[in-house]
Amino acid sequence: MAAVAALYGEFKALGVEVLSLSTDSRFVHKIWQEQELSKMVEGGVPFPMLSDAGGKIGTVYGVYDAAAGVDIRGRFIIDPDFVVRAMEVLTPEVGRNPAELIRQVKAFQHVAKTGEVTPSGWEPGQVTLKPGPALVGKVWEVWKP
Amino acid sequence: MAEMKDGCVQPVKGPIIAPVPAATASEAQPIKEVVRMQAQVGKEAPDFEATAFVAGEGFKPVKLSDYKGQWVVICFYPGDFTFV
Repeated sequence: MAAVAALYGEFKALGVEVLSLSTDSRFVHKIWQEQELSKMVEGGVPFPMLSDAGGKIGTVYGVYDAAAGVDIRGRFIIDPDFVVRAMEVLTPEVGRNPAELIRQVKAFQHVAKTGEVTPSGWEPGQVTLKPGPALVGKVWEVWKP
Repeated sequence: MAEMKDGCVQPVKGPIIAPVPAATASEAQPIKEVVRMQAQVGKEAPDFEATAFVAGEGFKPVKLSDYKGQWVVICFYPGDFTFV
C-alpha cells in the first residue's frame, strides 16, 4: 500500500482516485497509518482506506480467500463510465508493481480519448494503432515488439 | 460525505447488489442469496459502500459510485501490518 501511496501524486495528476480495501477494521487502518505507513511515506497513505469486514466486497470482486478470511492482493481500474477496465490478482507473497498500474491507466485514458489502440508495453509518446481495414496484415509496418 | 457517527460496531454495508425480482406465486421458493464474483472487465463495476479511515478526516462511509465520472483504482490487500 505504501508503494501505491508513494506514487499518489502521479495518480492525482492523472485524475485517478485510489481506494484501498482489506478486511481490517477502520481502527486498525488508523493505527497502521500512524505506526508504520506514515514512516514509510511522508504524510502516510493519503487515500481512503476501506474496511471490508467479512470480505463481502472482496467476494464480489473475486479476491476473498474464505479459508484465510482475508482479501488477497487484487487491483482494478474503473473508468469514468463505471466500467472495469483491468484487473490483476496475485497471491499475497508478491507485491504489485504500481508503475505498471500507472502505465495501464495512461493507456486506457489514451484509448478512451482517441479511439486508438495501444500495442504491448505502450508508453505515452510511442506509436499507437488505428484499427481498420487498412491495418489488417500491415501491423508489422508500423509496430514491432 | 458527512462524518459518520462512530461507535464500536457498525453495520457492514458491503456490496450494493440489485434486488432479485420477486418470484411469481407459482414458482415461489425460498431463495438463498449467494454472493459470488461479479467483477468482469468490460462490465459495470460492482458498487459497494464501506467505512473508511481517511487521513486528516477520520472515519467516514465511502461509496464507490460516488466516484462515478472519474478514474478509480481499487486495491485489495491481505492485511494491515503484513509484510509485502
